[in-house]
Amino acid sequence: MRTPNKLWNSWRGLFRDPIRPFGISSALLLIVLAIAPAKNHFSEWRQYQRGYLKLIRNRPDALVLQRHFEPGIHQIWLPDLGVVDRCETCHLGLTETSLGDIRMQPWSRHPVIPHSMQQFGCVICHRGQGAATTVAAAHDSTLSPDEPILPARYDEASCGQCHHVALEGTPTLNQGREILARYGCVRCHAIKLPDGSAEQPTDEPPPLTHIADKTTREWIYAWLKDPKSYAASATMPNFLLSDDDARDISAFLIANSVAESGDTATLKVASATNADPTAGASLYGESFCASCHATQNAAGNLVGGDLGPELTAVGTKVKPEWLTAWLRDPKIYDGATSMPHYRFTDQQLALLSGFLESKTNSDLLANVHLDAATPEQLAHGKQLVEEYGCAACHEIRGVSRPDNYGPELSRVGSKPVAQLVFTTGMAETLPAYLSNKIERPRSFGPGLHMPQYTFTPAQVDALTTALLSLTDRSYTLPAKMRIAAVQQTAYEPAGRAGHLMTDLNCMACHRINGHGGDMAPDLTWEGSSVQKQWLDAFLKNPNTLRPALIRRMPRFNLTDEERATLTDYMMTVYQNPTIDRDAMPLRGYLPAMVEHGRELFYGKYACQSCHMVDPAQDKGYIGPPLSAVGSRLNAEWIFLWLKNPQQLRPGTIEPDRDMSDDDAHALTAFLMMQTGSGNKGARK
Amino acid sequence: MKSLHGTAGMLAVVVAVCGCSRQHKAAPAPQATAVGSALVVSSGDKQLGPAGAPLGQPLVMQVNDDQGNGVTGALVMFTGPAGVKFDPSELLTDSSGQVSTNVTLGNTSGRYQLTAVTNNKAGHALPVQVPELAAGYQEELGYQVQRTYCSRCHNPESTPEQVSNHDNLSVPPHSFDQGDTYNKLSDADLTAIIGHGGPAMNLSVLMPPYGKTLTKAEIQAVIAYIRLVSDPPYQAPGLVYAKQ
Repeated sequence: MRTPNKLWNSWRGLFRDPIRPFGISSALLLIVLAIAPAKNHFSEWRQYQRGYLKLIRNRPDALVLQRHFEPGIHQIWLPDLGVVDRCETCHLGLTETSLGDIRMQPWSRHPVIPHSMQQFGCVICHRGQGAATTVAAAHDSTLSPDEPILPARYDEASCGQCHHVALEGTPTLNQGREILARYGCVRCHAIKLPDGSAEQPTDEPPPLTHIADKTTREWIYAWLKDPKSYAASATMPNFLLSDDDARDISAFLIANSVAESGDTATLKVASATNADPTAGASLYGESFCASCHATQNAAGNLVGGDLGPELTAVGTKVKPEWLTAWLRDPKIYDGATSMPHYRFTDQQLALLSGFLESKTNSDLLANVHLDAATPEQLAHGKQLVEEYGCAACHEIRGVSRPDNYGPELSRVGSKPVAQLVFTTGMAETLPAYLSNKIERPRSFGPGLHMPQYTFTPAQVDALTTALLSLTDRSYTLPAKMRIAAVQQTAYEPAGRAGHLMTDLNCMACHRINGHGGDMAPDLTWEGSSVQKQWLDAFLKNPNTLRPALIRRMPRFNLTDEERATLTDYMMTVYQNPTIDRDAMPLRGYLPAMVEHGRELFYGKYACQSCHMVDPAQDKGYIGPPLSAVGSRLNAEWIFLWLKNPQQLRPGTIEPDRDMSDDDAHALTAFLMMQTGSGNKGARK
Repeated sequence: MKSLHGTAGMLAVVVAVCGCSRQHKAAPAPQATAVGSALVVSSGDKQLGPAGAPLGQPLVMQVNDDQGNGVTGALVMFTGPAGVKFDPSELLTDSSGQVSTNVTLGNTSGRYQLTAVTNNKAGHALPVQVPELAAGYQEELGYQVQRTYCSRCHNPESTPEQVSNHDNLSVPPHSFDQGDTYNKLSDADLTAIIGHGGPAMNLSVLMPPYGKTLTKAEIQAVIAYIRLVSDPPYQAPGLVYAKQ
């Protein structure tokens, strides 16, 4: 019995009074109970809410703002989208339009965007941890699978998760996607989209199967060493090859090239007879080569389009006999080329190839001296071609196209930071990793094959934005939210006219039924729009419809029969089913109506702002001149165009004037009287 | 065993501290070897760029002496409102007296007033205010829309890609940065002019209506763009409260 006694004694010694322990434990319990409310009271978000109240207290709009303010945690819960966002707990001014002057975070107003925050939440666009209630956990957490906040400069990436079509408000994203397609990124790195389609390349890397016909080994060597030394606008990247590697690859490509039928090694090149030395340059200009090809001018600026390769030093690259044959009919060398078959005369061919041959860069090949290749070098060359994945872009005899040469990038925008390898000195975030990888791909370790591109900082940002849009979330968001990119249709014109249009590569510039380029007008409804005589005369000698444009339709030296085939086909097939082009007469409008139309043209609608009817007096320089519109367009087309231009050509900048039928009739009558003198072939 | 753990832990702490100190060590401020008497903007002011992204062109400032010649080795410091980053923020002028820094604007759209400072002989600071413009989504959209529909007449500058129609009009339109003109017009006025044409506000008939061509959001975006680029800057009207 000693032990219990002893325990009792020590208990009494500790508290003296047997009631006291209850008092002490009650006090302890109260303190423990107080911990939770105290933590709540001193929590970070409450401090921000108090700060907000202090901020708005003395403002003129305080009453309104205070009425909007509700204390406590705010949450946007969107189960469909997987969003639980408590950001508005601290970001209290997001929807307060009167807080435009506050730049201080977290209380500033949200800039105007086309979506409602209540429908989309915050993290879909900004990433971060929406459910977190501390600053650090919400913004900076990099714990897999958490994502940190997306830096504002890449915000457009978030639009790209749903919008696969190019939006007017996301120029950076659009540019990045264009680079992905144009610089061949997607030829090595597959990018599959959530709807099952894949990003398609838009570049045209030439086949190398019979390259010996086109150029020399020395030029290939110089090009491989640095494509930019030949052409400033080269889209081929620099593979940073050693001299020996470039020597062996160039040897392999030449040795591997096998002559095909139509090759030109034995062709005789005629020089132009008694020609003016500037005639070649004039022909280059008249043929509108610059619509697609750029050349460097004296100031070092590139002038011209980027659809075809730069021609600044083309004479150093191609063999004269190849150039002549190519200009005569490019499809013989490369059946898939976008270059039109121009139908030049022999004299024109000689002039133009002579002019292009004179465009040289003597420094390029000055120091290139290559000995005949040994079998080992050839074998090494082939090995390098396979290692560097050359066949991912170019067709090379005996080397098959590698599948998935580079890592797939379909979800690269959600790659966890834990899976990334950073080099010293770079910020340890996904955007920094991607932009460094684009800028200095070989700095991430030895043995990497990704080539070096030369992008401007803006292009690197754009490309990073496009890659960051490829997220896991773009797959998990409901399919109905996805807005698919406009895909090119597989439309091909049929029959003899179809053959002719393929030969002329009309669709490299014109779009028809959703297929083709966007440099020149869409021709889907050309037959409803124009008069037949005009079309025939235009194809014979394309005059300028829009003087403000640099890029113009070239002349193709079509025969009468070819023109008739094209004209008949376009007038018959390319019609809008809802338009009867003969519903209104071409001539015979009452003078009073024409006069009324004139008054409307110059008065009520002030069309002379943009169009010229009388070139001596009108100056409008935006729309096409209308001095001969009466012999170009059908009256019904003009009438419907005036009623609603965007319906006939979506995206045209001519404003919809909400015109009454009477006004549109009168204007049509006035315009149909403008038969002009510049179109002699059109009317007798 | 325990001591081994301790050593490893301490080592980790030391490594962590070293890592931290390396990250936070700022580059030493350059020492000025000369002073000038004037600081002027050379190029790169009043640029428009996306919020949060680096501006397209660097900001170039020049330090001049009394004769207006460039001074080499003068220290120029750049500061700006919260969120603005300079790369670098302090540097010495080069042989032509110029400094060039890359500017990244803050994440909110609007006008950013940056300050460049150099010291003169007496040690007094010579601050120069440099405005730059950050476009948010709406201003960016407005920029794109006006480039398609408006700038051919409203921008007097011609380029080979876009020939200006400005001088062809008998009543020349106002360039969008003319704050003296646009700041007098309320958002409602501008919406009326864009939507219903010049005659809606008794202005030129040469300005056509775009109300049926552009969406409401696009018109608002164009107005937001005009407000952003206007010079002098646009002041949004304050709230008006009726007195009780």
